[in-house]
Amino acid sequence: MTSLSSRLKGRSELGVAALLGAVGAFVLFDAVRLVVPYSQSDPVGPKALPVIVGALLLVCAVMLAVNVVRGGHADAEAGEDVDLSHPSDWKTVLPLALAFIANILLIDWAGWVISGTVLFWGSVWALGSRHYVRDGLISLALALLTFYGFYLGLGIALPAGLLEGIL
Amino acid sequence: MDILSSLMDGFATALTPMNLLYALIGVLLGTAVGVLPGIGPAMTVALLLPVTSVLEPTSAFIMFAGIYYGGMFGGSTTSILLNTPGESSSVITAIEGNLMAKAGKAAQALATAAIGSFVAGTIGTALLVVFAPIVVQFAVSLGSPSYFAIMVLALLAVTAVLGSSRLRGFASLGLGLAIGLVGLDIVSGQARLTFGLPLLADGLDVVVVAVAIFAVGEALWVAAHLRRTPLQIIPVGRPFMGKQDWKRSWKPWLRGTAYGFPFGALPAGGAEIPTFLSYVTEKRLTKHPEEFGKGAIEGVAGPEAANNAAAAGTLTPMLALGLPTNATAAVMLAAFVQFGIQPGPLLFENEGPLVWALIASLFIGNFLLLLVNLPLAPVWAKLLRLPRPYLYAGILFFATLGAYSVNLQAFDLVILLVLGTLGFMMRRYGLPVLPLILGVILGPRLEKQLRQTLQLSAGDVSGLWSEPIAIVVYIIVALVLLWPLLFKAWRRARPRTAAAVAGGTVAGGPAAAGSTADRPPADGPTASDATPANHGQEKS
Repeated sequence: MTSLSSRLKGRSELGVAALLGAVGAFVLFDAVRLVVPYSQSDPVGPKALPVIVGALLLVCAVMLAVNVVRGGHADAEAGEDVDLSHPSDWKTVLPLALAFIANILLIDWAGWVISGTVLFWGSVWALGSRHYVRDGLISLALALLTFYGFYLGLGIALPAGLLEGIL
Repeated sequence: MDILSSLMDGFATALTPMNLLYALIGVLLGTAVGVLPGIGPAMTVALLLPVTSVLEPTSAFIMFAGIYYGGMFGGSTTSILLNTPGESSSVITAIEGNLMAKAGKAAQALATAAIGSFVAGTIGTALLVVFAPIVVQFAVSLGSPSYFAIMVLALLAVTAVLGSSRLRGFASLGLGLAIGLVGLDIVSGQARLTFGLPLLADGLDVVVVAVAIFAVGEALWVAAHLRRTPLQIIPVGRPFMGKQDWKRSWKPWLRGTAYGFPFGALPAGGAEIPTFLSYVTEKRLTKHPEEFGKGAIEGVAGPEAANNAAAAGTLTPMLALGLPTNATAAVMLAAFVQFGIQPGPLLFENEGPLVWALIASLFIGNFLLLLVNLPLAPVWAKLLRLPRPYLYAGILFFATLGAYSVNLQAFDLVILLVLGTLGFMMRRYGLPVLPLILGVILGPRLEKQLRQTLQLSAGDVSGLWSEPIAIVVYIIVALVLLWPLLFKAWRRARPRTAAAVAGGTVAGGPAAAGSTADRPPADGPTASDATPANHGQEKS
């Protein structure tokens, strides 16, 4: 077990190969499930492309796995604000994802103004800002502005939710 | 159809006060997102798609054209002032541009980039006016077999030629095609990859996919690796150029344009190769070789012109064939579809006024960029100081808003998060984003052409190569796929010459050109083993 885990260490890219394989297998499985009578007007049918795509993904999965086991690895994407010298900072990413999920759960029930405020305020906090009051005011202003901007400017009514009647 | 009079009609449309305003908004917005890290023109156009659905299509595309050129311009500003280029096309500009800025010549570097962009953009757009109708004339005679072949070529070329790892490019393409499959099959009405969810029956909205991969994926990725130390931004005044600078810039501008446009117009477009070629050429031709590596103006003027000419070139296959080869063009293609406009060779015929107004607005946008951005450069530099929590929270906020407003359903936000996580993973493991987006957008159209082709030939596979153009294109496809093997064989046969050439010029081909891009090309062949991850990626 130890030898296996030591061999797998630093090879998290195998997870990508596994994902590609899983998606490929699913695409193939889904394609096989389709039943189509042969039709003169559509000799290709809906199956052909999924089969090709599924096969492509499976081949990529296998080749990537081989490549990674042999020591190949890809470089992470660089950028202006990206500092690759430290490992992934989950203490930032997870709260950020939570703010995003909170918005999904709240948007239809509490309305965009509340959920958008939560989203922006939570994201800013997750990313390291600690000006609670200022951030809160900016969040609320943004949410209100976009709500009215979309309603008055574009005729798109974002959900008002709990504040129905007040807004 | 008389091209000149059509173009004049286009100008008449584009010069109405409202459309001029949209062009101005477009260039300002485009420059702003080009300057800001983490957000780029493709994502901006994607985010604006739901918002612009209330506009006239012409006005919307005039704005998109401004965003497209403005984004290019903003990217070069960042790379000169920061030396951490966000997009592959400005990597080369960053080399000499940042050195110039450090040597106290930021104003001249920005000026030659801006004026060079204007010159190249204007010539490039003029070439577009000349060539697009010719391509259309040729394209209307093509049938489904040729279209299918050309689309296959575009997908494979973008996947195999750009980017550091072909394998990872194909993985990304496969994922994109799979995403494109989701939904009811148009011909047979069968549900594919819908997990039985009725909400997936209409397929995944391109806006949601693009915003997820570009915006959410990027925000999560940057959040995981946020730079805690502030970046060194070089202060800058108003850009200007002295007489000597003009003298040294104008030839590189023209040469850069000559490199950029044809490469942009090819199905495997992209600005990396022409910017690299331009850099190498200027380095060889300069009368001031001692300045290269310390900030030579030729090294900014040439690549920046090549970059913009390539951007104009990319629009040729986009407008004439409906074939996008970069992310922004791909999203603009999705915009055509949203407005109910069928892209392809009939576009010029069916939507002539719109296309010509779009082209006219490219000239106008270019001019506006020059007019507005020379004085505004210090403002853009200030934009780089925007606190990062606000920037990335803002990207997530507007991404959510944009994706939600398409259908007003929270389910789209779940997809946004799932695909955003995919975008995060792709950045972490060096999978290029562009093949995925092209796969999503071109996949369904590819399938349609395939089925039409075989319908015409009554199921006979030979229908695929029943047109001469299709055969030619398949030969090119084979060459593109076999290129690395051929090159390896050639290098083995003639090791010395090949090594010498690979370090310096064309023969290094796309692969070597790409991998040397992140460091000064003088490093030579040694650099071609390294694989900087952001090349082949365009900031989106």
